[in-house]
Amino acid sequence: MSNTQFKLWEVFTQKKSGAPHEHAGSVRAADAEMALLNARDVYTRRNEAINLWVVPSEFIVASSPEDSGAFFDPANDKIYRNPNFYKTPDGIKMIS
Amino acid sequence: MNKATISFEEALFEYCLRLGDTSLIMGQRLSEWCGHAPYLEEDIAISNFALDYIGQARIILSYAGKVEDKGRNEDSLAYLRDALQFRNLLMAEQPNGDFGTTVMKQYLIGVYNFHLYSLLQKSKDSEIAAFAAKSLKEVAYHVRHSGDWVSRLGDGTDESKKRIQDAIEDLWYFVDDMFQIDDVETMLLSNGVAADLNEVKKLWTATVTDKFKTVSLTIPEVNNAMRLDSRKGNHTEHLGYILAEMQVLPRSYPDAKW
Repeated sequence: MSNTQFKLWEVFTQKKSGAPHEHAGSVRAADAEMALLNARDVYTRRNEAINLWVVPSEFIVASSPEDSGAFFDPANDKIYRNPNFYKTPDGIKMIS
Repeated sequence: MNKATISFEEALFEYCLRLGDTSLIMGQRLSEWCGHAPYLEEDIAISNFALDYIGQARIILSYAGKVEDKGRNEDSLAYLRDALQFRNLLMAEQPNGDFGTTVMKQYLIGVYNFHLYSLLQKSKDSEIAAFAAKSLKEVAYHVRHSGDWVSRLGDGTDESKKRIQDAIEDLWYFVDDMFQIDDVETMLLSNGVAADLNEVKKLWTATVTDKFKTVSLTIPEVNNAMRLDSRKGNHTEHLGYILAEMQVLPRSYPDAKW
């Protein structure tokens, strides 16, 4: 079967300096330069970014759905890992 | 038009039409690709460029209306003039053709605008200088995007190479028109308002020649067959069809609002 599509790239946009790059979506492109241009044209038209990353989708390693029990369920009952588990003493102001 | 009969304001109005009409017609032409580009990302990119161009046209045609001072605004200038009154470059109105032709046209006019606007940033007319500075960023990206495609198609398959070379042959008849100097250009250049088209030509030729060399594209010999005189309103037959489509609604329903 012939596939005439360019390969897939994942696009990450950074909204402002110091902010993390967040996944915005994907584009098709033949190489890195084309991926960058396409990402710019598709995902930054409305002022969404000051910086862009593009990564070939094949390099993304994802956890599989079967792993979700072992990976994520144990976190469900560890309420003490959340800061709001702990009571803040009265009179403390500069805490965020 | 000769020096004795044209005032500075008339010349400035003409000059604004030249800038604005080229952007307007480029924008209208590129918008024809909307929904038809080879793939989704390029479709969005081309529509972006069309909107960039129309944004440029709005700024400078609004200014043209003010300079003329006869109550015309950007809309009346865009929609209520006929082909003979348009001053866009002949190359801008040429049909999109295949993707290679569109890319080449965008590249040749993009490089032209890039050098023209770079010089116009120093125009003594502050409105034109501001327009040029703002538009330059858009144009720089147009050149990068279309230049990337020129390289890809020039360096690609036999088919893509043939098509992009054919595009050069088709478009080259309209190159000299881009640099034609008349009394309007001369007057405004001496006033520090206009850019020197001889200088633009030098810069444009250097950029384009370098690019073509890197991907072994060649410049055709068409010296005796150059089409000229867009600055006098002498257009090719294509402009009338563009205007018919672009103007039908405002002409059928004057003052329509939506």
